[in-house]
Amino acid sequence: MTVPTAPTTPTRRRARDLTFLVGLALVALIVLMALVSLVWTPYDATTPDPAARLQSGSAEHPMGTDRFGRDTLTWIMLGARITLLVGVVSVGIAMVIGVPLGVLAGMTRVRWLSGLIMRGNDLLLAFPALLLAIVFSAVFGAGTVPAMIAIGIAAIPAFARVARSGTLQIMSREFVSAARSANRTSLQIALQHVLPNIAGLVIVQASVTFALSVLAEAGLSFLGLGTQPPIPSWGRMLQESQQFLGSRPELAIWPGLFIALAVLGFNLMGDGLRDRLDPTLRGRS
Amino acid sequence: MRALAFRLLQFVLTVWAATIAVFGLMQILPGNAARVAAGMSATAEDVARIEQQFGLDRPLVVQYADWLGGMLRGDFGTSYVTGAPITPLVANSIQVTLILVVSAMVLALVIAIPLGTAAALLRGRALGTILSGLSQVGVAVPNFLAGILLVMVFSLGLGWFPSSGWQAPIFGFGGFLSHLVLPVCALALVQAAILTRYVRSAVLEVMREDYLRTARAKGRTSGSALVVHGLRNAAIPVVTVAGVQLATLLIGAVVIEQVFVLPGMGSELVRAVANRDLLTVQAIVMVLVFLVLTLNLIIDLLYSLLDPRVRNAA
Repeated sequence: MTVPTAPTTPTRRRARDLTFLVGLALVALIVLMALVSLVWTPYDATTPDPAARLQSGSAEHPMGTDRFGRDTLTWIMLGARITLLVGVVSVGIAMVIGVPLGVLAGMTRVRWLSGLIMRGNDLLLAFPALLLAIVFSAVFGAGTVPAMIAIGIAAIPAFARVARSGTLQIMSREFVSAARSANRTSLQIALQHVLPNIAGLVIVQASVTFALSVLAEAGLSFLGLGTQPPIPSWGRMLQESQQFLGSRPELAIWPGLFIALAVLGFNLMGDGLRDRLDPTLRGRS
Repeated sequence: MRALAFRLLQFVLTVWAATIAVFGLMQILPGNAARVAAGMSATAEDVARIEQQFGLDRPLVVQYADWLGGMLRGDFGTSYVTGAPITPLVANSIQVTLILVVSAMVLALVIAIPLGTAAALLRGRALGTILSGLSQVGVAVPNFLAGILLVMVFSLGLGWFPSSGWQAPIFGFGGFLSHLVLPVCALALVQAAILTRYVRSAVLEVMREDYLRTARAKGRTSGSALVVHGLRNAAIPVVTVAGVQLATLLIGAVVIEQVFVLPGMGSELVRAVANRDLLTVQAIVMVLVFLVLTLNLIIDLLYSLLDPRVRNAA
């Protein structure tokens, strides 16, 4: 979803750069946690420790422990992996399918073909990511893989729309007419002129979609229909925290905080990038 | 008029395509529905018996026509798992969900319009920046997290509202409202954060228009010029976004109903998925998709009412 942006002034541009950097820092933090968890975590994620059940934060367990005595920090680190995996795969699916469809719809002179693509897009828009993911979990069983695919499919229209409107703008430019009169094929034009010029728009969309997919996966796992135990996920942790809200609120606060930080990070990064890359905004000052 | 008829035709065609999509999705794994309903230990005969009982052995086209025809008469069929008719379940739970979603949207707009306008008028000043920052943070908070935090503070902490459950208005309006407050706030606060950003940009956009400068030149303050001339124009993008967001709220309600144990469509949907009750899933998903498409239609029509340029072009 794009928020119309006011014109750029020097102070505004500084604010935008700050926005981007804060977003980048948050995303880097999540990525770093996931990378470190590949080689090291403070504790083993699945071994219960009955002596250490439901502890609050301490030197041994900085974020406390859950009802089985498992270390919350370990689970937060491993949850970052699932969050990023779902984001990367679903954004990848949406981009790989949505962008070519959008470029095709924008370039083709066959009216029924672009009409068909855009109507298909409208139909898909009626299935929000979380709803499609719930349907997939009903048909294929709950799990991370159906969730990633469903969230990716639901995000196709966003990429197709961005790619189509970008392509329509590029196609009216002189260098495309020049390429056409030099007998370049449509495929060559698409690869040499259209794709490089819409890449910025697509990257911005990818960042925003990433945030949406983090939200969808967390919601789905919260419902118990996403990532299944014993694989740690933030949404699931939040769901399991509910029965201890009165006694151990930090069990909800930590996973909740990291979901919010991840979403905030990708949103801020997208907002910051939009102003730098969007060709319609670049010239205005 | 012709544009209106065209839009309605497009709506009907999209709904029809959606019925095919939902039905098709449920048939991706053939024979799945009966096998699942029969249970893990079922023999081939058990499965065959259930298939015959619910007509699942007929060709898919016949099953689809049967389902579609039933829905047109308001009949969603009978669950293979519980054996109960699905329509009453949908009719009861949809009320809960709609009350939740509509109250949340109204509350979100009541919060977002003044805050977004203030953030636009105060742009560049500390308070405006704080408002924008708060809305950016609010957007990142999933509504179920907001729900959990609200329960922590206002239910477990202060004891002002019940932490879960639902009371129908006929059993006491006070109880109905007190059960509604926290789930509605959980949905509305996050929504308000999203809408505040759109209201702010819409107002900023309008403030650059010539007619506002003219109004100011004629002696109005920027505040009164905005109220008299600007807000109607700023409303156009906001209405569009609010419509799209209603669909998001509808799906958000699915999760919020789980947090607060409310007997809405979301709870029924999650229960049906857990029971592998595919026909009930199919019915509820179709109702939700229908509501989303209907909302889009209403927004399109409202849009042309608000914007005379679109209306005259139509």
